[in-house]
Amino acid sequence: MLLKIEKRPESSHSMVYVTPILALLLTVLTGIVLFKILGVDPIEALKNFFIVPINNQYGATELLVKATPLILCAIGLSVGFRANVWNIGAEGQLTLGAIFGGGVFIYFHDVDSVFLLPIMIVMGAIGGALWGAIPAFLKTRFNANEILTSLMLVYVALLLLSLLVHGSWKDPDGYNFPESRIFSDSATMPILLEGTRLHFGTILALLAALGTWFMLGKTLVGFQIKVIGAAPKAGSYAGFSQKKIVWFCLLFGGAMAGIAGVSEVAGPVGQLLPSISPGYGFTAIIVAFLGRLHPVGIIFAGLLMALTYLGGETAQINLGLPVAVTGVFQGMILFYLLACDVLVNYRFRLARFGKAAS
Amino acid sequence: MSNTGLNTGTQKPRLELKGITKAYPGVLANDNIDLKVLPGEIHALLGENGAGKSTLVKTIYGVLKADSGDILWNGERIDITSPHAARTLGIGTIFQHFSLFEAMTVTENIALGLPGRQNMNDLAKRIVEISENYGLPLQPERRVFTLSVGEKQRIEIVRCLLQNPKLLIMDEPTSVLTPQEADKMFETLRRLSDEGVSILYISHKLDEIKNLCHKATILRGGKYISECDPTVETAKSLAEMMIGTNLTAPKHREAADRGPVRLKVRNLSLDSNDQFGVDLNLINFEVRCGEILGIAGVAGNGQVELLEALSGETLCQNAEDISLEQEYIGKLGPIQRRTRGIAFVPEDRLGHGSVPDMSLVDNAFLSGYTQKGLITGGLIDTQKTTRFANEIVKKFDVRTAGVSHKASSLSGGNLQKFIVGREMMQDPKLIIIAHPTWGVDAGAASSIHQAIIDLAASGAAVLVVSQDLDELFAISNRLAVIADGRLSVSRGVHEITIEEIGLLMGGTEGAGSKREVESVA
Repeated sequence: MLLKIEKRPESSHSMVYVTPILALLLTVLTGIVLFKILGVDPIEALKNFFIVPINNQYGATELLVKATPLILCAIGLSVGFRANVWNIGAEGQLTLGAIFGGGVFIYFHDVDSVFLLPIMIVMGAIGGALWGAIPAFLKTRFNANEILTSLMLVYVALLLLSLLVHGSWKDPDGYNFPESRIFSDSATMPILLEGTRLHFGTILALLAALGTWFMLGKTLVGFQIKVIGAAPKAGSYAGFSQKKIVWFCLLFGGAMAGIAGVSEVAGPVGQLLPSISPGYGFTAIIVAFLGRLHPVGIIFAGLLMALTYLGGETAQINLGLPVAVTGVFQGMILFYLLACDVLVNYRFRLARFGKAAS
Repeated sequence: MSNTGLNTGTQKPRLELKGITKAYPGVLANDNIDLKVLPGEIHALLGENGAGKSTLVKTIYGVLKADSGDILWNGERIDITSPHAARTLGIGTIFQHFSLFEAMTVTENIALGLPGRQNMNDLAKRIVEISENYGLPLQPERRVFTLSVGEKQRIEIVRCLLQNPKLLIMDEPTSVLTPQEADKMFETLRRLSDEGVSILYISHKLDEIKNLCHKATILRGGKYISECDPTVETAKSLAEMMIGTNLTAPKHREAADRGPVRLKVRNLSLDSNDQFGVDLNLINFEVRCGEILGIAGVAGNGQVELLEALSGETLCQNAEDISLEQEYIGKLGPIQRRTRGIAFVPEDRLGHGSVPDMSLVDNAFLSGYTQKGLITGGLIDTQKTTRFANEIVKKFDVRTAGVSHKASSLSGGNLQKFIVGREMMQDPKLIIIAHPTWGVDAGAASSIHQAIIDLAASGAAVLVVSQDLDELFAISNRLAVIADGRLSVSRGVHEITIEEIGLLMGGTEGAGSKREVESVA
């Protein structure tokens, strides 16, 4: 007997949903081995990782707080990934969103108006989109690979933020710490649930997911994105412009990440700091794929990835595990997901040796 | 023709297959197939696309492993586990698609296919020797991309001959050749046969087989149908065995009433973006309402570039290069051309004419949404699109389990019917069809041909680009030939012979396109 891999006649629908769960199971199994090696009781560790963080109301809302930027960024990225536009610079676009949105407050910090926050959100989206426009221009004009350009711009964006908060945007009453003013109430996301950090940004994330679902399913631009991603030649046959789609995807992805940036600095962070994101923009890549590039899937995947952030912290505090354990778990999930995806188009079959020869 | 040792009946076959069966997920590609090839025999393997010829050949060549059945070589049961094992036995194969590196020389390419290390100078000498010996002229130091398709095929043949094959398998070798090139190749094959080499010749071209082959095995739908002597059968009887039903030729109107000029291409020149592409050189032609113009030519002579220029996927340098009913459209994109009434069926069904992973509904929307008004209030009208897709399926007899299934789940013929149907149901003024029945079974092919003829009869202008001369002669009113990016003067289908077309395909009369402007008006 030997295991044979054969192509399925048509790709499996159920496997599309089963493989993320399978990947999660394999991650947990590997996690058990990992914890054993680290000398920690695996059951205790997994409990701390996946259950303790969310077994009360505050924990559950924290999960949503962490998931919000992940979902926003991943929604933006997923649209690009569908059209084979590989924007991996959401972290930089998020940072620019924070700079543009936060900048509105820095210059109008003494204005107390209900229009301040909406303007900040819009400016955040514009900032992110502008940062996404650079790879779009380089791609459409010079055919420069957007994977490289968007990634490199992340580091430029981080340094730009650092420059601002160490320089002209530093809080004048901040004892020379590299931090901006703390955002006023009218520049802060409204809290949805008293006593928690759950804020309006979460609603924006849900709206973004629903809006994108609608766009992909019902509009011409959504159709163009799907066609160009699945069969570029069929796209040009139909007369869809590849360049326009590249522009659209990078601007859209940038805007979503930009909104995520504003919702962080005007939400849980509350001011501009040299570092405003623990890599949400990068983790969002995993979220997008784990969610099958589908808006609803991304909501679930965003929650799961948010849990790995929270679980990593709990494991760090309660069990003294290194912070790297979060990254290891996130990496394993993506790794196993990609490996399990073979099952979507292929299946395993037991075959006997020498059957064909006889 | 001398048939060495063919009448000896008692001779041990060089290759014998017994009950070969091979299943793929969802299809039985070979179902209990028998085949016997004698030494020195040219044996035809005849069948439509999808009859199981390629699967059988791959089994013989060790690329695939049969699920059951025996292979006998000179009377002994053997197991061919890999192409290398097949070559060691003395089986050489020339596939339809060449495996050559364009940027390397002839010698380098041949050396790559031979076992062990080669002395390049000796090898070059041997190549020249063999190629002269068998009438296959080749220059060993030429780079492959500078060669014609016929020359490329010669490389493959010489590569096989260098290994002294006992059995040569040729998969549709003439599909890329002009009639004259094909005749030359047949001479070589006859010589090899006289020397005792067996040849398994795969084709669906009946005239060739009648001309060349001593025996024919006919496959249909993966099953063995019969073995016969093609020299005594008629082309019609062979075709009927191959297809399993009686053939009906498409009904054709004689002498079309030529309406006013609808499409006019004037001095169209275009440099190809592709390094190995063909530049278009001063192309001139017209298509009138109600007529079918056929463009013949060997693949890779500018058809792809011409089709892209006509569809708007590549824009022309001057708007006046192409005009539709007095309007210059050379600088308009595909959507704008579509809204002016041009429909287009591209060569590649999967990935160009349709999105393989999308449903038929989505694929109906793909090129139909402007003409069929499938967007209402800025949103995709799914109901209307589904209705449109169902209409196509019904009217063009597309066999599918339903319009929600993916395009890739359809057979080649059914998908082609769907695409042709999608374009025709937009009531085009002009339809441009590339290779309408390439890889399509005979039933689907004849219904597509009939649809094309009917569309022209209703007053549309039709342009068909194809490699299949029989098809072009069957449906066109006028024919022109494209060779090396130039288009010949078009002529009425009754005023031109296959031989003349063949010469034009070879490029001997290619520069005549300028005369078209005066002669047609």
